[in-house]
Amino acid sequence: MEYLIGIQGPDFVLVAADNVAASSIIQMKHDYDKMFKLSEKILLLCVGEAGDTVQFAEYIQKNVQLYKMRNGYELSPSAAANFTRKNLADYLRSRTPYHVNLLLAGYDDTDGPGLFYMDYLSSLAKAPFAAHGYGAFLTLSILDRYYRPDLTRDEAVDLLKKCAEELNKRFILNLPSFTVRLIDKEGIRDLEKITLGTK
Amino acid sequence: MALEDICCFKDNPLYNKKFSSSSLADTTSFLHMTDCFTLPNSVSYNRQPSLSANHSVTVRRPFPLSHGTTTLGFIFQGGVIAAADTRASAGGLVACPAVHKVSPIHSHLVVTSSGSGADCMLWERILTREIRLYQLRHRRCLSIRGTAKLLSFMLHPFKGTDVCVALTLCGWDKEVIYVCSDGARLQGDVISVGSGSPYAYGVLDIGLKWSLSKDEAISLAREAVFRATHRDAYSGNSVDLFHITFREKPEMLHHTSQVLAC
Repeated sequence: MEYLIGIQGPDFVLVAADNVAASSIIQMKHDYDKMFKLSEKILLLCVGEAGDTVQFAEYIQKNVQLYKMRNGYELSPSAAANFTRKNLADYLRSRTPYHVNLLLAGYDDTDGPGLFYMDYLSSLAKAPFAAHGYGAFLTLSILDRYYRPDLTRDEAVDLLKKCAEELNKRFILNLPSFTVRLIDKEGIRDLEKITLGTK
Repeated sequence: MALEDICCFKDNPLYNKKFSSSSLADTTSFLHMTDCFTLPNSVSYNRQPSLSANHSVTVRRPFPLSHGTTTLGFIFQGGVIAAADTRASAGGLVACPAVHKVSPIHSHLVVTSSGSGADCMLWERILTREIRLYQLRHRRCLSIRGTAKLLSFMLHPFKGTDVCVALTLCGWDKEVIYVCSDGARLQGDVISVGSGSPYAYGVLDIGLKWSLSKDEAISLAREAVFRATHRDAYSGNSVDLFHITFREKPEMLHHTSQVLAC
């Protein structure tokens, strides 16, 4: 029902998430932001069970900030991803696991851009492109077909739009708009929201 | 969970009571939540409020909509409106036709409740106490967002248990925030909760504009709850309405209208 997508380019990561906050069959919010800013160049996209998403994402967010305060420098995206995965794993076999699916996108000044896919069973994979949700079934093949490692920013946004159009066409649930953000060496930048009319 | 460790909640006697339930029950419920889109005829994870715990299901609902009530809250240029019906149902019985589902927490915060009646009453009192304590300790009023976050964190240890509370905080700083015992915390311009909420949304979405006058807004809210009580069996009796404004100081105006023939 919720949809997350990330595309990594040679020097940037493009991420998008839908804007629907639903409760049973009702869309309670049309402009809900599922991205959490962990640091100047790291974004955490989080979907899953209602309370768990915000609780877990805010917990990770505050811990990353705490690391910066204590040590004077920020966690790299890879370190943040592994920290997140460790927390998920620790709680997985407890009485109260967090049921969240995550994408962590960041830009490291030494290693470059990185996109990390994590799911509720605390698996972690660094991937050039990734998606979560039912929409992933429809769009991963598009990404397989049209992705190239040397995509420009505009081409990546076009690829994202292709995925959004496919969802609009074939997905039974209505996902009218997507928040889009780009991370590169300048930091996190808001791009224009993708809004789709009725088919 | 993570927050428990920070709050040292494990020392609390409540912790032991809560976690004596079998972990299997937790697993099935959480696995169901987002993986499956509940289709008609599927056995849906139905978190019925404890008010209707005793009723035998004759007609299975196509999707889980517990919280037998209709409540709504929205903001407009003249302030905030909070409205709800006044029926408390226990299964098929109208347990009480005149329940106050909209209650003032302090001079400029109103909370509408849905879910289990007992849980809501308790949590309203807990919230009132905690806000008052905060005010005494820090010499300032907690904002609506802070209140919502506080309530959400207080409810978090009870996630996965039978506590069923869905409160909408409506406050004078023009915010409506929905807090649920599932852990959801959503701020919005218009929120409606309960089994009658789809019907209320239908009326609200068409008629709601920022530029409504006070009387139009009140009449819209009343109409929305009325239409919901007409269609939903678990909502009815009267419409309770609060209007919160801020001129020199926040003020609350209370209206009640009888819903006829429901």
